[in-house]
Amino acid sequence: MTIIKCAHKVFTLPMAWCQPTIKWLTQWFVILGMTNITAQELILPQDSIITVNLDEVILISARKTLDYHRQAKPLSTLEEYLESSKKVTMVKRGAYAWEPSLNNMFSERLSITIDGMKIFGACTDKMDPITSYVEVSNLAKAYVASGQQGAKHGSTIGGAIDLQLEKSDFRDTGLQGGVETGFESNNEMNVWGVNLDYSRSNFYIDADLSYRKAENYSAGGGEEVAFSQFEKFNVAINSGYKLNEHQSLAASIIFDDARDVGYPALPMDVSMAQGVITSIGFEQDSLFGSLFNWNSKLYFNTITHIMDDTNRPDVPIHMDMPGWSDTYGFFSEVRSHIKKHSFLFKLDGYYNKSLAEMTMYPNVPEELPMFMLTWPDVRTVNVGFYVEDEIGLKGSTLKVATRLALQNQDVADEFGLNSLRIFYPEMQKSKTRFLKSISGQWHKMWMPWHLNVGLSYGDRAPSVSEGYGFYLFNSFDNHDYIGDPELANEKSMEVNAKISWKKEKFKLSAEANFFHIPDYIIGEVDPNLSVMTIGAEGVKVYKNLEYANLFNTSLEMEYIPFSQFKWTSLLSYHRAVDQHKENLPFISPFSYRSSLTYNKGSLSGTIGMTGAGKQVHYNSKFGEDQTKAFTVFSLSLGKTFNFNNDLMYTKIGMENIFDKKYSTYSDWKNIPRMGRNFFVTVSYAIN
Amino acid sequence: MKNLKFILVLVLLTLGFSSCSSDNDDNILVINPLEEYNLISKIEDNGHHIELYAENQDFIIGYNEIMIRIKDEVTGEYFSNPTISWIPMMHMMNMKHSAPKSNLSIMKENNTISKGFLVFQMASNSEEFWDITFNYKIDGKEYVTTQVIDVKAPKDKRQQVTSFLGNDETKYVLAMVSPKTPEVTINDFKAVLFKMEDMMTFSVVKDFKVGIDPRMPGMGNHSSPNNKDLTYDETTKCYIGKLSLTMTGYWKINMTLFNEVGELIKGEALTEEQESSSLYFELEF
Ligand SMILES: [Cu+2]
Repeated sequence: MTIIKCAHKVFTLPMAWCQPTIKWLTQWFVILGMTNITAQELILPQDSIITVNLDEVILISARKTLDYHRQAKPLSTLEEYLESSKKVTMVKRGAYAWEPSLNNMFSERLSITIDGMKIFGACTDKMDPITSYVEVSNLAKAYVASGQQGAKHGSTIGGAIDLQLEKSDFRDTGLQGGVETGFESNNEMNVWGVNLDYSRSNFYIDADLSYRKAENYSAGGGEEVAFSQFEKFNVAINSGYKLNEHQSLAASIIFDDARDVGYPALPMDVSMAQGVITSIGFEQDSLFGSLFNWNSKLYFNTITHIMDDTNRPDVPIHMDMPGWSDTYGFFSEVRSHIKKHSFLFKLDGYYNKSLAEMTMYPNVPEELPMFMLTWPDVRTVNVGFYVEDEIGLKGSTLKVATRLALQNQDVADEFGLNSLRIFYPEMQKSKTRFLKSISGQWHKMWMPWHLNVGLSYGDRAPSVSEGYGFYLFNSFDNHDYIGDPELANEKSMEVNAKISWKKEKFKLSAEANFFHIPDYIIGEVDPNLSVMTIGAEGVKVYKNLEYANLFNTSLEMEYIPFSQFKWTSLLSYHRAVDQHKENLPFISPFSYRSSLTYNKGSLSGTIGMTGAGKQVHYNSKFGEDQTKAFTVFSLSLGKTFNFNNDLMYTKIGMENIFDKKYSTYSDWKNIPRMGRNFFVTVSYAIN
Repeated sequence: MKNLKFILVLVLLTLGFSSCSSDNDDNILVINPLEEYNLISKIEDNGHHIELYAENQDFIIGYNEIMIRIKDEVTGEYFSNPTISWIPMMHMMNMKHSAPKSNLSIMKENNTISKGFLVFQMASNSEEFWDITFNYKIDGKEYVTTQVIDVKAPKDKRQQVTSFLGNDETKYVLAMVSPKTPEVTINDFKAVLFKMEDMMTFSVVKDFKVGIDPRMPGMGNHSSPNNKDLTYDETTKCYIGKLSLTMTGYWKINMTLFNEVGELIKGEALTEEQESSSLYFELEF
């Protein structure tokens, strides 16, 4: 215990802490061999030098690189990995399917893709962000791009997360396999994973299978959080075949099936959430002229989401709420270098069908069930063209990018159209929007200084819920939401800047971005409307605000006193208001994290701390209250063992060491986060 | 064999064409213009068959739109432009009363069919029964006949007619005409309002207003937006408004009736405490 307390002291010390302390600590850490849990180290800059892109890359799989020590917590959920990003925070409605946010913006303002494929969740209550339909075992990396820098895969305001699938990719490694297992004490989660890969220079096939099952977790102090259990099964197969030296085909399928998922912060659970994600791709190393790396993909995915309230006591009325979302899409991209320009051209398109319904069973048995379409079978067609050009200038780099897209939304279901026409009698069945994005990002270097400056404009169409939602209940602010098909596109004008100072042992960077968002889409109370959901306070209709302003800033530090040690810290501050200077909901208070990592040979270890200040700016109109300050600590220790050719890696760790009971600003209805938790993972790789 | 088939087709086609073109000048139709309707009663008297058609399978409590044709028993031909009047009568244990009704008028599309409506306030039972007396004139000759009918409660048992004593000490009958098949949309809402002058006489009430407030009692008694109160329409002699139903299920349409000077005649406005009005219709779909 004393050690941990000392460590705590270290993190709160000013940066110029004195040498003796380090040495003293070093000895202890060598013994403890801790690894990072807040996982600062997971975030690899794309290059050793900061490039013009401010993308973050989060390493998820260590399978191909055998770079196990870089993983904070193998077999943790994808959401935990994403949370280790500097810009990503998570909205939690339970232990499963956290919703990522970027720059304090959520799903509808983000472009979230899997290997460039568009996927849309099928839940009207945002229980299934698309990150919940994959497993860490499917993925190699996650690219996180802020603001319009994420426009490559689709229109966005807040940024993009692209999850890259793990592939053997014609590495001549032959047959390889691995078994992984993990256990977490707090919610008795068991995780099993098996993978088998066969890869030659002209053919590969990878298969992985994973299963996890968790019981209810306990908050700090030991209180059990009812309905926080979940169970998930995932299997994925990836294959590639080289037609010849220049051309190759690839195909992938992911089947993901979650059952009996509890959402303690919501009034309902999920009996089944199932996703099938498939694609076939074609790659050719050159096209014509100076075009090279021609990469095309056709894809299809289907999501089925079945909500369930039958396990809940005292529901005022039982209801079935299934939802379906099917997406068909393609993209084709090619690169080109002409003199100082390196271009990327990308044409993409998708067709999505979103349908969700609600059947309520009256307590009077002879009455007929009540039925409505909460998503009226909205068919979205979106075709976009993206070009980026990275221009090498004297001593600096400029990247300009633009996306132009045409989107049409059509309400295919007559019943649903008639339902919406109750609110909007003049509503048209179909609506076309033109979407555009343009951004410029400039990078200049005067060693050891780096400066990144960006300026951009972009817009987005309303989401299916915002445009066509019909009595969607939001349990956070306790209101029913109605979409508005005539909403204007939400626009964003963004400036960002990052200044870094880098020396071999010390890196310091300060970063800020500012979004001015005219026609910001948010729900506003319509006092004339009558609530549908029993117990709801009122009805909100999605509206365009005049504008909203969002500001995010962070300070990051990395210090490597000795080659085996790395100390990283991150401080961030966020602020967002509308045109009346009223706070926007779900904006992070001042937050911080810090970790010290030890890494030498087969041994690795981390001690970490993360926390946030008291939430000063919140908005009770959106169900928010003041979230208290908290600090939690974690530590882990990892070791690699060699058996002949095989490799075994084990990691043990403890999270929320002091069993602190806390919740963050983004925890739905203040649902407490997990209390003290021990975890063990064992990975065995057969080469 | 082939030729035979060909001839058959030809015959059928000719028949089809002739039936289409004969609509206006010939009264005997090959195609039954009342095909979509149900024959709910048939009276054989005076050498005539009086056929009563309706959308429902039976006479039901509430508003009944009825189409009548009279056929010559011998020739099987329908008479064109008959003059028909009708009197519905309820024979109760110790009294008799009539019901609100419209006149019967010849349909523009077909002059053998007379159309009108009856509003039954109650069902027939073992001791009490309804009958309808028809007075009709064909070729200058007058006939009378009476037929007992069976009025049933609607299958869903929902209230679509209400008779009540207003605050002005007058008895009224209010019956819902449409929506006949309610949908999740803004439905055309139509009703007829009659004043009971005496047991046998009902007269159409003009220029009143009916405030509507549809609710779902099974779902927190929520309402719906964009409803339009019923106002009197001189041409149809009906009260016309709009009814929004945001989902399927059981809806209670709470109403308040105001006279031409805006005085409340019947019903209560809904509040937190007042969950329903004493004047209401019910719909379930
Ligand atoms: Cu859901």
